[in-house]
Amino acid sequence: MTHIGIVGAGQAGAALAAKLRALNFDGQISLIGEETAPPYQRPPLSKKYMSGDMALERLYLRPESFYAEQGFDLRTGCRVSGLDAATRTLVLENGDSLTCDAIALCTGAPPIRLPAAIGGDLGGVYVMRTLADADAMAPEFVAGRHVLIVGGGYIGLEAAAVAASKGLKVTLVEMAPRILARVASAETADYFRALHEGHGVEILESTGLSGLTGTDGRVTAATLSDGRQIEVDFVIAGIGVRPATELAETAGLVLENGIAVDGFGETSAAGIFAAGDCASFPYGTGRLRLESVPNAIDHAEAVAASIMGQGVPYVPRPWFWSDQYDVKLQIAGLNTGFDTVIRRPGDKPGSQSHWYFAGDRLLSVDALNDPRAYMTGKRLIEAGNSPLRDAVADPETPLKSLPLATGLAA
Amino acid sequence: MIKITFTTADGAEITTEANPGLTLMEAARDANVPGILAECGGACSCSTCHVYIDPEWVDRLPPKEEQEADLLDFAWEADETRSRLSCQITLTEEDDGLRVEVPAQQG
Repeated sequence: MTHIGIVGAGQAGAALAAKLRALNFDGQISLIGEETAPPYQRPPLSKKYMSGDMALERLYLRPESFYAEQGFDLRTGCRVSGLDAATRTLVLENGDSLTCDAIALCTGAPPIRLPAAIGGDLGGVYVMRTLADADAMAPEFVAGRHVLIVGGGYIGLEAAAVAASKGLKVTLVEMAPRILARVASAETADYFRALHEGHGVEILESTGLSGLTGTDGRVTAATLSDGRQIEVDFVIAGIGVRPATELAETAGLVLENGIAVDGFGETSAAGIFAAGDCASFPYGTGRLRLESVPNAIDHAEAVAASIMGQGVPYVPRPWFWSDQYDVKLQIAGLNTGFDTVIRRPGDKPGSQSHWYFAGDRLLSVDALNDPRAYMTGKRLIEAGNSPLRDAVADPETPLKSLPLATGLAA
Repeated sequence: MIKITFTTADGAEITTEANPGLTLMEAARDANVPGILAECGGACSCSTCHVYIDPEWVDRLPPKEEQEADLLDFAWEADETRSRLSCQITLTEEDDGLRVEVPAQQG
């Protein structure tokens, strides 16, 4: 093995490259990224970087000198236009081609854009994924201006928090009956709705966007699904992402909610791997694809081990976080399939946690300014343990001595 | 530039130079110190940048805030006096010569 190609220089690609070196791979590693910046962290873009509290160089995952020191062939601003799975050859847009012993696709999941047919291609309409997106929209964040945020998921809510904190007028529309409908319980949605409304954000649920109109190619107004017209200065769409599968598709790889990989991260083509947001891996009786930094890192490192012949089947340890105003949300586990949510008050003012159960089995915990509940939930879930529901509900029972349910089916 | 020495779990010493203003976690990451994962990138959300501060230095650093203390309370093999989250320590000129140990496991 002398040459490994990594397509995508985001969090997963960078982690994969670093792990290959840590596992003593001394051949060539080509890390190819479409964006011009060296690998950087995306989460602060909708949080501290957007609010101006974080300098650019601190976004970078590694100092620029790191890549040369590690002997990486880092190619930024470089698009991969073709992949031949049989010969493991990458064709670059600049005409170069690289034949590798193994290839890892870490292409991520870019945001869905508002359709041009409803004005999505007007100036002043943004999505939030890249540094370029964040830098382009930063000058729009001026106090007194009116921003329309389309989509009440975490990206939309984080953008709303930054905008409201900067004194903008914020309207957020969510087509579903409530915000966070896809990812969290009604209890967690209620908490964030109240938090945002307390900061003056107007949240309109069961309300979609019918169309955007503009003057001289720039958005000026929005028509909502209830017929209401509002004047807006700019628009941020946070309506979900799609795994970037184009390259995999042209190479004929099997797709299933992203690029389908086995437990070792290998796609349907030998020697071609995928990791992070773009890849779905076996989970339970089905498949799972996660959109999160911790999974991008863990999955990429697991795939690096597989490439080096030291792989073990990937077991995700899902966790997530979000920062909005002075609230830190930490989520341990996955709540898919929950039937009950138990609210537990925290031991400090304003702290609480929501514990998701399916029957007596603990699935996940949303901790709101309550790191102790998060850490407890994470430990329990990773160990496959479930605390008794009544004990969770009783704040007098300390987190460190929650009695466990016994006899749950594995 | 100030000098910081990390001792990794297998006993190796890595001495690096860092600019004051960076966090201890960033200094470790920039020096490619193994065992400091910092999955959340310094948002004080995950406890995967846990380190043990050299006893001589513990009282010379600013104290822990609540969020950090709460995460450390549940971290793997945390030590009540020496454990810190390295992302919460902003380096200053006074920290020249700081010595820290990296735990064998994070999480």
